[in-house]
Amino acid sequence: MSTALLLEQLLNGIQFGVMLFLMAAGLTLIFGVMGLINLAHGSLYMVGAFACAAVAAWTGSFWLGIVASLAAAAAAGAIVEMTVIRRLYSRDHLDQVLATFALILIFSEGTRWVFGSFPLYLDIPLSLAGAVELPGGLHYPLYRLAIIGVGLLVAAGLSLLIARTRLGMRIRAGESDREMIGALGVDIGTLYTIVFALGAALAGLAGAMVGALQSVQVGMGEPVLILAFVVIVIGGIGSIRGAFVGALLVGVVDTLGRFLLPHLLAALIGPSQAQGIGGALASMSIYIVMALILALRPKGLFAAGS
Amino acid sequence: MKRETVLSIAVLVALLALPFAGQALGHPFYVTLATRMAILALAAVGLNIALGLGGLVSFGHAAFFGIGGYAAGIVASHAMNAEPLFGLNLPASMPLAWIMAAVFAGLAALVTGAISLRTSGVYFIMITLAFAQMIYYFAISWPAYGGEDGLSIAMRNGFPGANTARPVDLFLISFGLLVAALLLFWRLRDSRFGAALQAARQNETRVAAIGIEPFPIRLAAFVISAMVAAIAGAMFAELNRFVSPSMLAWPMSGELIVLIILGGTGRLAGPVAGAMVFVMLEYWLGGLTERWQLFLGLILLGVVLFARGGLIGLIAGKVRHG
Repeated sequence: MSTALLLEQLLNGIQFGVMLFLMAAGLTLIFGVMGLINLAHGSLYMVGAFACAAVAAWTGSFWLGIVASLAAAAAAGAIVEMTVIRRLYSRDHLDQVLATFALILIFSEGTRWVFGSFPLYLDIPLSLAGAVELPGGLHYPLYRLAIIGVGLLVAAGLSLLIARTRLGMRIRAGESDREMIGALGVDIGTLYTIVFALGAALAGLAGAMVGALQSVQVGMGEPVLILAFVVIVIGGIGSIRGAFVGALLVGVVDTLGRFLLPHLLAALIGPSQAQGIGGALASMSIYIVMALILALRPKGLFAAGS
Repeated sequence: MKRETVLSIAVLVALLALPFAGQALGHPFYVTLATRMAILALAAVGLNIALGLGGLVSFGHAAFFGIGGYAAGIVASHAMNAEPLFGLNLPASMPLAWIMAAVFAGLAALVTGAISLRTSGVYFIMITLAFAQMIYYFAISWPAYGGEDGLSIAMRNGFPGANTARPVDLFLISFGLLVAALLLFWRLRDSRFGAALQAARQNETRVAAIGIEPFPIRLAAFVISAMVAAIAGAMFAELNRFVSPSMLAWPMSGELIVLIILGGTGRLAGPVAGAMVFVMLEYWLGGLTERWQLFLGLILLGVVLFARGGLIGLIAGKVRHG
């Protein structure tokens, strides 16, 4: 096992983490501002991926596909917010879980209806194909580096948006006291729709970018959704910074765990058993990390209001 | 009698009558359908202890359901191949599988519950979900009992005095378990333990102020709830003669919650009514259209948005606080 291989896995972990951040940021914003637990966030990720794949296949341009994914996911988010989600803010979490679970069924079956059961494929754009040589002689795919870049840009943009703009000020105000900001004349309904659409667009972007690495299929969103839950639980619900740190932690621990644990166990108990046990342990590693963090800090690393 | 009591008895009688009516009318398939209802209702009654009484929205009960399923599968396959389990040659017996299911799920619930109950609200939902996923991924990557392919039960485990290969016998065993679980739920709800559990749901601070610590009560409720769900899982595996990691996967957890809310949260017969309607809908919509999940989603959405209190709530009115 060489340093270059380890570095490659580390970069893969960061790329995975950055993608998780795009999902987790929307989830944590929606929970922080509206107090809503949204299981259908994974469906918006899927909508983004399908929109990108369909438009890219139709026009031949990946970039138009990305634009379409942002637009489609934001539009789907806004429509769902205005028709269903809006009625759930005053309900308890149980009703929210069930209603958004129903939305997953509707989105998944609806997508299968439109696009069929077979996965779609999305090609990496030519300008981002191939590998670049990093210092140390490692060849790393340019596209994955681009995902890392986009993720970091979004993180920076999002923290500027929250900290420096009028919209961000309203979002923060909505988090701390929603009655007061309503009383001050801010149209809280519109604000909620905007926040929901923003979170949906980020999920759609994540789906579109990952769609070029994996196949685009129904049900692709839910595994990512559950990891995004782990991320925001680790980071502290409502905190963008927590989501960022949590996402990188989960991405790196998961990727390196899958890579290193079988190797480490092979040295201890022999290679034949290590593959199975190492794989089983690696797939549990992030949950063990989560349990440890929660045992120490039940509200997560960057809990809002602490 | 209160309207809800009458309704509860009516729901149970309807479930008991369904397979025999089906057989009389020449639809032997109804026996399997009714068994499925009884088993899912049993799992939901288990979850209802944590969710309905304790207000603990566990989104990870599929893990316990699946652990139960694997317990049944493992007992059956070891007995089939005459391989010792824990160093003993154990018989292919259903009660043995139930005990194993309850013990292992109880232990899993004790560990994950102790960590999850440090949090509350939406954190609790997400953490129970995450722990269930952890067990799911473990089941997928652990090769000993089939891994991703699951484990077939060539011959069902036996039950004294019954022929478990006969659908009606399997139904009656499942129905008996369901009635026992309902009795347990009813006794628990009206006990001192149940009162403390429900009080902790309504106002944690006040319960603490009168000298009752909510944590151990909630943990006990969580463990009992997991054990009941695990026994249901064991029966589910016997019914399908197959157990796979998909029994542990998160949509199963969602389905169990759906059963409860559909029937009415915290109601005695809520999960039973919910399971009956859900399995019927699944069967009926599945026969009408390939896209049944879409319509199921729309119906569920309608129930959440417009029929608060579920089916039992619609018919028997709101829970009376006396």
